[in-house]
Amino acid sequence: MELVNNLSMGFGVAFTLQNLMYGFIGCLLGTLIGVLPGIGPVATIAMLLPATYALPPIAALIMLAGIYYGAQYGGSTTAILVNLPGESSSVVTVIDGYQMARKGRAGPALAAAGLGSFFAGCVGTLILAAFAAPLTEVAFKFGPAEYFSLMILGLIGAVVLASGSLLKAVAMIVLGLLLGLVGTDVNSGVARYSFDIPELTDGIGFITIAMGVFGYGEIIANLSQPEDKREVFTGKVTGLFPTKEDFRNMIPAVLRGTAIGSMLGILPGGGALLAAFAAYTIEKKTKLRPGEVPFGQGNIRGVAAPESANNAGAQTSFIPLLTLGIPPNAVMALMVGAMTIHNIQPGPQVMTSNPELFWGLIASMWIGNAMLIILNLPLIGMWIKLLTVPYRWLFPAIVLFCAIGVYSTNNNTFDIWLVGAFGVVGYIFIKLGVEPAPLLLGFILGPMMEENLRRALLLSRGDWTVFVTRGLSASLLAAAAVLLIVVLLPSVKSKREEAFVEE
Amino acid sequence: MKIKSQKDFFSGLMFTVIGAAFAYGATSYSIGTGARMGPGYFPLLLGVILALLGAIILFKALVVETPDGEPVGAWAWTPLVFIIAGNLLFGILLGGLPSIGLPAMGLIVAIFGTTIVVSKAGDQFNFKETIVLSIILSLMSYAAFIMLLKLQFPVWPTFISG
Repeated sequence: MELVNNLSMGFGVAFTLQNLMYGFIGCLLGTLIGVLPGIGPVATIAMLLPATYALPPIAALIMLAGIYYGAQYGGSTTAILVNLPGESSSVVTVIDGYQMARKGRAGPALAAAGLGSFFAGCVGTLILAAFAAPLTEVAFKFGPAEYFSLMILGLIGAVVLASGSLLKAVAMIVLGLLLGLVGTDVNSGVARYSFDIPELTDGIGFITIAMGVFGYGEIIANLSQPEDKREVFTGKVTGLFPTKEDFRNMIPAVLRGTAIGSMLGILPGGGALLAAFAAYTIEKKTKLRPGEVPFGQGNIRGVAAPESANNAGAQTSFIPLLTLGIPPNAVMALMVGAMTIHNIQPGPQVMTSNPELFWGLIASMWIGNAMLIILNLPLIGMWIKLLTVPYRWLFPAIVLFCAIGVYSTNNNTFDIWLVGAFGVVGYIFIKLGVEPAPLLLGFILGPMMEENLRRALLLSRGDWTVFVTRGLSASLLAAAAVLLIVVLLPSVKSKREEAFVEE
Repeated sequence: MKIKSQKDFFSGLMFTVIGAAFAYGATSYSIGTGARMGPGYFPLLLGVILALLGAIILFKALVVETPDGEPVGAWAWTPLVFIIAGNLLFGILLGGLPSIGLPAMGLIVAIFGTTIVVSKAGDQFNFKETIVLSIILSLMSYAAFIMLLKLQFPVWPTFISG
């Protein structure tokens, strides 16, 4: 009953009319900014952070939670409607979400993303409240060797996502890892591959690569098609809300996604990101029901599962944040920054020394989540309207917002030159038939992988067998190997290629 | 030797060259040993792996038969040039180019310039329509980025705002 007591204390602190208003405003602003193509959740939260400075701590946290969920959902909306992943975890949502939008089913896709996220958020909140303390123990068992093996597993999982050649997908991951290494090496301070350009010593921004490769590359490829064959949308939009059939397909996917997300989110360091990828991979492995759309062509499960996993993971990733003080991703790192401004130092002491704040925070995360669904379900119709704007007006606007978004992250024109270069690269990728999604995952994990490899080998004195002699690490690698073998099996291989054949 | 898959041939070539370039670049940093990794260790490892993967793709492209030869196809030069040029123009107009003494023209001029150039990438360019679009985008951007979010953008040309 301690759980109920704690939660009711949290809600008692958070649930005032004024706080709910702040939550609503935060969610509205977060969605409005987050939905602009080229501006992901990180940029959105960074832009809106100053708006919360003047508020009392609980109100600020609730507003931040609203901004956070609004920005994430806004990012998913852009991913689905215009094929631009604003953040790493929506890279997966793009695959089926955009295909659904193209077939006139953007409404159900957005509703699936929203409802799935809300359900996963509720479950994640409960898990966070119930297991915060005991689950920390799991994270303690993870050494650098385990992290490295976990990332290998995540990357192999990502290969299954790519359509077409496996080899090319693996090569794209490695290329992504290499691009992730550009910039100053944290250990030695050496600026790698920066060609004496000061801007490059900070590394290449995720937004820059994503906008260039996905945004510009895609627009150029679209424009090169004659108008009638263009990869945009069918004119008719059928239904704003998922049908009964959609719900039947969606519910198990949401449940599976939530379970995976809750588990992987606990791992500090990219857990929530891996969750979206893992959830999608698992959905793809389950059998299609008769008459269901194949994955990669607009299957609603391909939207619902990763979105739920992402949100559940985002919620449970508060566990390492609140217990170990490790922010699991860039968005959480910003949240930590915001909390410190309000004199809340995330770490084990919050729970014991300031239980009202701790449980208030948990309650406010839930409130932010609830605001999202209240705000966005009625707005789906409005987002769909965006699709009726003719492409000849839409693409200059997208290019413009990409350029503004890229510039605003660092207030630096160098990023604009870089995004142009990546636009050319993205078009080359499309011409050569290589999928860019694995590249992005590799790019995010590059520095983390190097760091953990370095630490693992330092601890083992250069002995590579450490990855197979430690039980947990060995089983993660074994899982990766099994996954690879399964994909390479002749029968699965032909099915996989079949599934990816363009309509 | 005949190329059996053009797409694979060139992507293999691309991966090999990039991998080799990264590996070569890595040798200029200290490599170190497994236990004491230098900044060059991981990139060298990855560069070699990428080059090998590229070589395998290249080899397959020359050996494995494909029905249509998987041609890369014609390049869409018009959209490519106009989209990228529009993007670069945005940077130049917004921030100016101090190296050639070009002053910053600010956000509004940059929006007009970019929208006009980028619109040229499509096949239905209409000057009047593009100007209307530029005005709408300028108003939206000004409201969202300058008034609401208070981003630090130069809005007007430096010779007007001083």
